[in-house]
Amino acid sequence: MELFGDAISILARWDVVAALLVGSVGGVIIGAVPGVGAAVAIAILLPATFSLDPIVGLTALLGIYGSSMYGGAIPAILINTPGTAVNALTTYEGTPMTERGEARRALSLAYSASFFGGVFSVICLILLSPVLAAIAPMFGSREIFLAALLGIVLVVLAHRGQVLIAGAMASFGIWLNTVGLESIQYSQRFTFGQSWLSGGIDLIVVVLGLFAISQAFVLLVEPDKRSHAEPIKGGLLAGFKELAVYKRVATVSSTFGVLMGMIPGVGEFTAQFMSYTYAQKTSKSPEQFGNGSPEGLIASEAANNAVPAAAMIPLLALGIPGEALTAMMLSVFYVHSVVPGPGLFQNQMDFVVALYIALLILNVLVLIFLLFSTNVLLKVIEFPTRSIGISVLALSFVGVYSLRNSAIDCGIAAGFGMFGFILKRLELPIVPIILGMVLGGIMEAKLRTSMMRVKAPLDFIDRPISFLLFAILLIVIGSYIYTTIRSRGSDK
Amino acid sequence: MSSSRASKSHPGSLVFAILFVAFAGFLVTQLSSETKFSSKGQLFAQPRFWPAVGVIGMIGFGLAHLWHQRWNRLSGELGETVIWLRALEYLGWFMIYVTAVPIIGYLAATILFTTGLAFRQGYRNREQLGLAAGLGLSIVLIFKTGLAVKIPGGAIYEYLPSALRNFMIVYF
Repeated sequence: MELFGDAISILARWDVVAALLVGSVGGVIIGAVPGVGAAVAIAILLPATFSLDPIVGLTALLGIYGSSMYGGAIPAILINTPGTAVNALTTYEGTPMTERGEARRALSLAYSASFFGGVFSVICLILLSPVLAAIAPMFGSREIFLAALLGIVLVVLAHRGQVLIAGAMASFGIWLNTVGLESIQYSQRFTFGQSWLSGGIDLIVVVLGLFAISQAFVLLVEPDKRSHAEPIKGGLLAGFKELAVYKRVATVSSTFGVLMGMIPGVGEFTAQFMSYTYAQKTSKSPEQFGNGSPEGLIASEAANNAVPAAAMIPLLALGIPGEALTAMMLSVFYVHSVVPGPGLFQNQMDFVVALYIALLILNVLVLIFLLFSTNVLLKVIEFPTRSIGISVLALSFVGVYSLRNSAIDCGIAAGFGMFGFILKRLELPIVPIILGMVLGGIMEAKLRTSMMRVKAPLDFIDRPISFLLFAILLIVIGSYIYTTIRSRGSDK
Repeated sequence: MSSSRASKSHPGSLVFAILFVAFAGFLVTQLSSETKFSSKGQLFAQPRFWPAVGVIGMIGFGLAHLWHQRWNRLSGELGETVIWLRALEYLGWFMIYVTAVPIIGYLAATILFTTGLAFRQGYRNREQLGLAAGLGLSIVLIFKTGLAVKIPGGAIYEYLPSALRNFMIVYF
């Protein structure tokens, strides 16, 4: 109880409350605008949060992360365009429901399922805390190195059908992280004699280029689109009653969300896919799936909203981000010299619990906001896409330039914007670049430290956790090779 | 492996794969001159080790990806590369904006940028251009005036009376 009291006192500040409100409401609005999404918003706002206290900055960013998917369901249901990429499955059920005049029911179900998923995952996170606090200190340098390596392998293998290019992009990220002056022998790496490269390539600059500027280019180059959605009449609370009918689907889907969220590189898409498949297989009316099934909608929304809180687990407990958004949040920790990882759970548990409570509150705030403002949000959906492109490009400038007032940073970000634009046009993966940069840095530092104490190769895995991680690594790679060979065999 | 499956249908995939491998190949040739390898110390602690992991991964995965793209037809590749080049125009707009901020100030540069780009995008009536200018003003008011993000004042502010100059430097 004392811990909860301390956590509440961390949150009981006007600036934290303001950050929660701005993050949660802003996240819903951003999520509702097709073509923007949480990654773009977080990339833009990241430098602005550096001047804030870590809890304030993180609360605002968590708010955006946790609430954008709520907002993304609105265009997915009403205009068949997912607001964020992870709302894609919602269109399968939401749009047919809207077409048969059940838009209110679909939105109400989506909100209640999202709320359920979000709250369920935070409760899981709170219940798991003592376990994490006990396990986290068992992670030394070699365990963190192996966990980071496992993370990068999972991120690459999660891109089924694009594993080779995902591997190339992750390697590109690892290389990018090495550019500049290295800190052991103080030698320059890939600076080509250019002093502006000595400090390395900043992660935020790359993130802004790959996510925000590239998206602005996409919106500006492609034809202007303007959508229209009919206003919703009546209340949106009825979904909770219907959710109670499908509580098994909601619970299992949220569990998938929590489990998949914890595994680096897997995240919302896999959670959604597994939940949707489970819901369809166990449904009494599977033929409704794809034609406006409430179970399908619940499975999709509960699963994707359960992921954000769970995705914080590897970040907070080990300092290892599992996807791009948590990788961005890691930089907020670093800027404020708060090192996420085992030490955080041992020394600053009140801070961790404060984050959990903030996540819980934001789900409530978002639900209240949506219940009263859905019709106002329909105006956001109607913004012409090119005008959004102009806004994103102007906002990207703030993000990059405010870092260190460097035109060179802006040039680098614009270059990565161009690269990201090409990747988006070709539908090639971007996330492995960011994780390659972040996890590459962690792997370099941790391998160097751990090898000092290792005499023979097998010493590296002579501790239970390191052995377990190594075994998982082998199983993951082995099963990927096995399934690839098997699918090739069946193709012939 | 099926890397090619997802991207085979996209024109431009082959050009991208070739350019990526060429870049990775260039980095491989620079590995010895751009990184240090000392005779002392473990292999893993060498400054060259992790850059080598990165570039070898890039060239290895890149070549394998290119191999999977080999059956792609070149038709359509040119059209897609033209679209890539069209994005360069907006890159140019962005860099002009970046250059203009320290000269004419954040407020003027942002309003000119948003209205100019809106005009270029076909939003040409008075109301649309007014909204674009309002967007520029709002961004400045939120970030520079409200959140006080670090963006220096424009050189042009030096010509303003001292009281107004300080006000403009701090808030706009």
